[in-house]
Amino acid sequence: MPNRRDMMARSAAVAALLAGAGVLPARAQSAWNKAAFEGKSVDEAIKGLGIAKPVESKDIAFTAPDIAENGAVVPIAVSTTLPGVKRIAFLVEKNPTTLAGVFEFTDAVETSVATRIKMGQSSNVLAVAIMGDGKVFYAQKDVKVTLGGCGG
Amino acid sequence: MKQRHAAAWAVSVLAVTGCLASAQAQTSTADGIAQYRALLADGNPAELWEAKGELLWTQKRGSKNLSFETCDLGKGAGVMKGAFVELPRYFADTQRVQDLESRLLTCMAAQGFNAAEIAATPFGRGEQVNLEALVAYVSAASRGMKFNLPQGRTEERQMAEAGKRLFYFRAGPYDFSCASCHGEPGKRIRLQDLPDLAKSPGDGVGFAAWPAYRVSSGELWSMQRRLNDCYRQQRFPFPGYASDATIALGSFMGVQARGAMSIAPAIKR
Amino acid sequence: MSDPMRIRAQVQGSGAVVRVLMSHEMETGQRKDAAGKTIPAWHITEVTAALNGKTVMTAQWGTAIAKNPFTQFTVKGAKAGDKISIAWVDNRGDSRTDEVVVA
Repeated sequence: MPNRRDMMARSAAVAALLAGAGVLPARAQSAWNKAAFEGKSVDEAIKGLGIAKPVESKDIAFTAPDIAENGAVVPIAVSTTLPGVKRIAFLVEKNPTTLAGVFEFTDAVETSVATRIKMGQSSNVLAVAIMGDGKVFYAQKDVKVTLGGCGG
Repeated sequence: MKQRHAAAWAVSVLAVTGCLASAQAQTSTADGIAQYRALLADGNPAELWEAKGELLWTQKRGSKNLSFETCDLGKGAGVMKGAFVELPRYFADTQRVQDLESRLLTCMAAQGFNAAEIAATPFGRGEQVNLEALVAYVSAASRGMKFNLPQGRTEERQMAEAGKRLFYFRAGPYDFSCASCHGEPGKRIRLQDLPDLAKSPGDGVGFAAWPAYRVSSGELWSMQRRLNDCYRQQRFPFPGYASDATIALGSFMGVQARGAMSIAPAIKR
Repeated sequence: MSDPMRIRAQVQGSGAVVRVLMSHEMETGQRKDAAGKTIPAWHITEVTAALNGKTVMTAQWGTAIAKNPFTQFTVKGAKAGDKISIAWVDNRGDSRTDEVVVA
């Protein structure tokens, strides 16, 4: 008679197999935040994320180029010493939809991430750090774009 | 601690790419562009093509069920290291000077594919996609090496001379030649610096920077594709894929680039 | 069938730096084709990163993440031999998981 531990191990193995085969969703995440991603302004994105209005912080190190040769690919990186950061969101003020992405951190990773975004035109880019206690901070960088990355 | 980590990451990327501009003092546009390129140097999407090329290289393909391990790119069958920086060169089996794409077509023909059909296939379709991957993979094997095209044979010298003449040949509705954009130092289109290809433009520039992942189209462009697009911009008829004219231009530019370090596959606007 | 991701996980200090290159079109839904028809949005919506099977980071992405996206993050306490797996799901319901051993 298989004990509970064996059953758990076996179902985990099966789940991993199914997940690997693309049958299961990658993880039981909360549903994709449509309201936030459809926000057409910083305020709408903030509202969609359900967070407080962000306060500027010097403790968020936000790296982005002064000029992006092509708005289709703009490298950005954020890292912060603020304790208790649960999520970091990237907002591009002048994009058709402002929210580019949200990263959610467990204690097993450093609160730093680098990625690449698209910018439709020169714009302010915001890195918003959302704390576990509800406080929200941000850093921003003005990035000039020489070629639009959304259409042409 | 974490701020230092991010700064160290940015600085190490800048250092690795040899960029001298400080991450802080972005006073000029050129510095800004250099910083942008440095930030993109790590994690070049061209690696996705390299990975595909790696799989294709050892895969038995075509009606003859052969892999590229039997393909001689100039350094012996299946030898990739150093091959890219010596192309175009003369090949005894085909008795002609060939560039990388042309030589890959020869090897694909040996696998049983129809080379003419592949040459006629539009970029980004069918076997052209595999050619992109193979070009990325083969060029990566010579990354960091200096161009050293052989010029010992008459055919090789003739191709380079033909390429030189094509380089300066003015035609089309705008009376452009390659030299119109690439024949003098210090030229640019908007913010895009135009390398002077009439002489060696230096390490990782011009001929030494292709194939490359082009951010603007999100595609990997081989030298053949780059030349094709140059011809389009000059409003010339498109050259045949891997035709002698394109090989000649590659020979001329490659000979000019001798001693320059290849950074292919690179990343470009 | 999507192309494999390129994942590199290297020990650095007390953790591991993970760099991921994904192969995905990340179509914004803003572009029109030659006939003038809008090309529908097609993009990764969720990303999950796991260390030895345990989720360490997740992300939700919109259309403004670049094509063939590159992401870098640092996993605390990861050692050589640990397994890093990255999974993505897109808005068409396609998904992909790739894994790599920390070097």
